[in-house]
Amino acid sequence: MNGVHDLGGMHGLGPVVIEPDEPVFHAEWERRTFALMLAMGGWRRWNLDMSRFAREQMPPAEYLASSYYEHWLWGLERLLERHGFLPRADLDRRVREGPDPKAPDPAEPLPGALRRDDVPRLLRNHRAARLDDPVPPQFKAGDVVVARNMNPVGHTRIPRYVRGRRGVIDRDHGVFIFPDTHAAGLGRKPQHVYSVRFAARELWGPDGHPQDAVYVDLWDDYLDSV
Amino acid sequence: MSGQHGHDDEHRKGHDHPHEHEGHATDDPAHPHNAPLSDVQLRVKALESLLTEKGLVDPAALDELIDTYETKVGPRNGARVVAKAWVDPLFKRRLLADSTATLAELGYIGRQGEDILVLENTPKVHNLVVCTLCSCYPWPVLGLPPVWYKSAPYRARAVLDPRGVLREVGVELGDDVEVRVWDSTAELRYLVLPERPPGTERLTEEALAALVTRDAMIGVTRVKAPGPSR
Repeated sequence: MNGVHDLGGMHGLGPVVIEPDEPVFHAEWERRTFALMLAMGGWRRWNLDMSRFAREQMPPAEYLASSYYEHWLWGLERLLERHGFLPRADLDRRVREGPDPKAPDPAEPLPGALRRDDVPRLLRNHRAARLDDPVPPQFKAGDVVVARNMNPVGHTRIPRYVRGRRGVIDRDHGVFIFPDTHAAGLGRKPQHVYSVRFAARELWGPDGHPQDAVYVDLWDDYLDSV
Repeated sequence: MSGQHGHDDEHRKGHDHPHEHEGHATDDPAHPHNAPLSDVQLRVKALESLLTEKGLVDPAALDELIDTYETKVGPRNGARVVAKAWVDPLFKRRLLADSTATLAELGYIGRQGEDILVLENTPKVHNLVVCTLCSCYPWPVLGLPPVWYKSAPYRARAVLDPRGVLREVGVELGDDVEVRVWDSTAELRYLVLPERPPGTERLTEEALAALVTRDAMIGVTRVKAPGPSR
């Protein structure tokens, strides 16, 4: 989708401010939001592309006005509702009314819930997006390609700033899950991903530096030969 | 809230922003990308308590996830890799030729780092890493990304005006230097191998690792030699 998350090349968003000695998290709610997202992801009802797509649907003005873990929280709430874990109305009620004093003690975690001892394995053996499928590559290093001018309403990982631009295949990374179909629950559609080199002048015209280039990882389905 | 999860932890550092016991951080103009909505703390607490009551999450597992990225996995991992590459040419060659396998030998593999490429900065080539679409970042070697990396200004400008971004943080590049910006749009993750600063020939690998900063491994700064007034 041509969403606000696709920020590459925009002006007017302000300076880059690097905070010295920045902590990993800035508040307790950020810690818990991060961990809740990973723990609930452990149920495998959604994949990484679905969770990115969920966050991308935050209304643009809200997206720009809120912080990173607020994007995560926004996306997590929608994923939990969509996949039958928790209606947002229940969350709203809990926020409004507080905990039910007559509620039973918290349940023991269900079988399948992420436990403390599972955490190292979850983080180490996370499923990669790389696939073994014997899919032939459409391009090879050195090929001149053009990034497709495409504007799907669903999730995609082709940034707007490369669409319609010419680049050169720098290297073939191998076969990976295709995010556009994977985010929609339409399968993995295995295909090659390449690092494509776009000259800064090709992307930005005379405002690009003649020496510079942007390397973008793109799938076969985003590219045409020239 | 049941309060039984003990979230009001003691390891909170002094540089935290105001949190739920001190009112709201909403009006902090210095940190527009951190400032939470006024009700966000309440909302996250409510969410965790509901999911816990349903048995869907184990608060102890949440604690462990947080602890992993606060105390175990962070940019010191990447710094060790960089220092090793500076002192061991054979290791450096393998690291650049087959980054993922070489990092895995050191135990630096896993979530958001299943496939990593190491990019070498030289006097003629300066690499800079960004994720314009979200926040992709090599967790096993750098931990979780800093706020500026995830912020709209960096994501917008790194691809269009990398030299301007670098200039603002004190890195001036000559016109003969090629800037390569790597936009992490797929599941490849990028780690910059910065240039070893001059005057560090006699330092040990450990001392070198201490010089390497997170920002240098993203490509926005250089590694500085130790000195009294740098």
